Amino acid sequence: MTLVDNEMRSGSVSLLAGESPPGRRTDSVFRSAAALAAGVVLLILGLILVTTTRNAWPAFAEEGLSFVTSSTWDVAGAAFGTLAFTYGTLVISAIALLIAVPVSIGVALFVTEMVPKRLRAGVVMLIDLLSSVPSVVFGLWGILVVAPAITGVYTNISSALSGVPVLRTVFSGAPISGRSFFTAGLILAIMITPIITSITRETFATVPRAQKDAAYALGATNWEMIRGSVLPFSRSGIVAGVLLGFGRAIGETIAVALVIGSSPQITQRLFSSGDALSAVIANQFGESTGTYQAALIGMGVLLFVITLVISAFARAMIARAERRIGAESV
Amino acid sequence: MNESRIARRVSSRVALTASAAALVLAISACGGSSSDKGSPTSTTAGTKLSAATLNGSGATFPQAFYETTIAKFQTVQPDVTVTYAGGGSGKGQTDLAAGLVDWAGSDSTVKPEDAAKFKTPFLYFPTVAAPITVSFNLSGVKSLRLTPDAVAGIFGGAVSKWNDPLITATNKGVTLPATDIVVVHRADGSGTTANFTKYLTKAAPTSWTLGTDKVVNWPAGQQAGNGNAGVAQIIESTQGSIGYVDFSDADFAGLKSAAIKNKDGKFVAASLSGASAAVAGATLNADLTYDPLDAQGATSYAITAPTYMLISTTYGDTAKGNAVKGFVKYVLTDGQDLAGYSGFARLPAKILSAAIAQLKMVKVG
Repeated sequence: MTLVDNEMRSGSVSLLAGESPPGRRTDSVFRSAAALAAGVVLLILGLILVTTTRNAWPAFAEEGLSFVTSSTWDVAGAAFGTLAFTYGTLVISAIALLIAVPVSIGVALFVTEMVPKRLRAGVVMLIDLLSSVPSVVFGLWGILVVAPAITGVYTNISSALSGVPVLRTVFSGAPISGRSFFTAGLILAIMITPIITSITRETFATVPRAQKDAAYALGATNWEMIRGSVLPFSRSGIVAGVLLGFGRAIGETIAVALVIGSSPQITQRLFSSGDALSAVIANQFGESTGTYQAALIGMGVLLFVITLVISAFARAMIARAERRIGAESV
Repeated sequence: MNESRIARRVSSRVALTASAAALVLAISACGGSSSDKGSPTSTTAGTKLSAATLNGSGATFPQAFYETTIAKFQTVQPDVTVTYAGGGSGKGQTDLAAGLVDWAGSDSTVKPEDAAKFKTPFLYFPTVAAPITVSFNLSGVKSLRLTPDAVAGIFGGAVSKWNDPLITATNKGVTLPATDIVVVHRADGSGTTANFTKYLTKAAPTSWTLGTDKVVNWPAGQQAGNGNAGVAQIIESTQGSIGYVDFSDADFAGLKSAAIKNKDGKFVAASLSGASAAVAGATLNADLTYDPLDAQGATSYAITAPTYMLISTTYGDTAKGNAVKGFVKYVLTDGQDLAGYSGFARLPAKILSAAIAQLKMVKVG
């Protein structure tokens, strides 16, 4: 730490010493370049929102509120209700997060706190490798390997839980094929694990040594140290990782389109086929025209809005939690 | 058919991967056609055409046929480059309307309100036809005879068990189980779905209530696959399933398909000759469009889908115009012999000669 501090200080000293007009010019050029980069991202995002909304307008105007509140998607009858797709998107994202978050945090803790240093790089590389697998490969693997093999597992789960009140409905019925909400959630969980893991891992690595040592000094076990020092310190980093994972899950298209079953319905039964916003856009856009196409673009806008709302909600939650912790410690 | 099996096996093996890849292409709205199969065997070379590039896009249903034909055409006319990017009938129509492509493929006719959007007027050239099979997987059952009402009942959800009276009435001597029917349909927007539902609307008007389009409001709980290959894969791996699949994919997957009761009251199984008979039994309109669905004729296969090439009536560029005419003529002559190779039915001579005659209406230069 001190070495780094010294280096930084000497670096800043040399910068101060060289405080000449050319140096200041470089600084201001850098500042405007950075501002431009940030501005371009916002501008692109804004333009996407504006053009998609404009292209989707015929569908919004024709359907009104029933675009989001109706679950009737009938192209032949010109009825474009997207509720069943929104439901599917939220359900599979929730399943993915429920599975991926505990696993990712576990992996990240394992890598930062438990693995011997010389094995660490290898473990990290393997997890990062997972994130470089193209999503279509996950999709094809899901459709050709996972879906056929997993129906037996689903049948066992549903018969084992047949006596439990709520779970009885959620996991009921013999699945016809392995293409279902649950399979899609499972595949998504595998896809978002590397993202959540790498963000949380970076966060855990920033927990000050002193804070950990203090916990050990008070007689904490490894787990108590993690619970008392690492996790509270990393709260916002974990949320950021989860949000990134959620963003990937909600927008993932090809893998979901292949394994969800493409049968729009709102049901509590996770082993039945469903459909999701992104999958419908991918499946149906190619042959669409007119209001039908506008409705599909509108689903893109809807995805955008859902992501915004959920991430704003999560950030507000974490801000509140942080304030509360701050108040407690005072 | 046997000589073509190997070629189709190769193309169908990649079909599932291709259907997934097609999803990506559908979004990025670009596609490449690459095809090197075929060897130079054609004899009628005709006059040598000067260098030109003909870009095409449109229906994916006849894509295998067009790619085969393009490859053979280029061995005859090496200076002419022809491409076909797929993308769907709707994309072909809008691309040609905007002048982005020189020719388009389409399974459907252009809607009257869209016809006005074309920069230059266009002509229809029927190229091939293909049967859409109703394929099933039910252990112990080798053949099935279905009426249009039974098909409508099954796909509409009214008929849910294999031993429903609507099915058993036409299948005396076949033991049908009291198990659930698993219906498999297309997940993606598709001309195959449009033609299949159009057939049901026409042949079973009272029992089919879901209308006709590239996607319809299927009852919840049915299975859905991506592309013909995706549907075939689900049927192949699911006991008690039934679905509509194009002829070549059903044939490759080794699926059993039902004989469908045609307009003359005969049960005819899906075959290329049955499709040709259906085309012959259909009425040819003045603009060369025709509707072979539920056509007359004792040997007609009821669910036969047409497909067209759309080209402009005027080409300012002489080389390009002549190349377009040369390519269309090739598709209507030598190209017909390649139809069976990729699972399509050739058109009857009556239609082909009418189409060749229509080429005179294309102005060049």
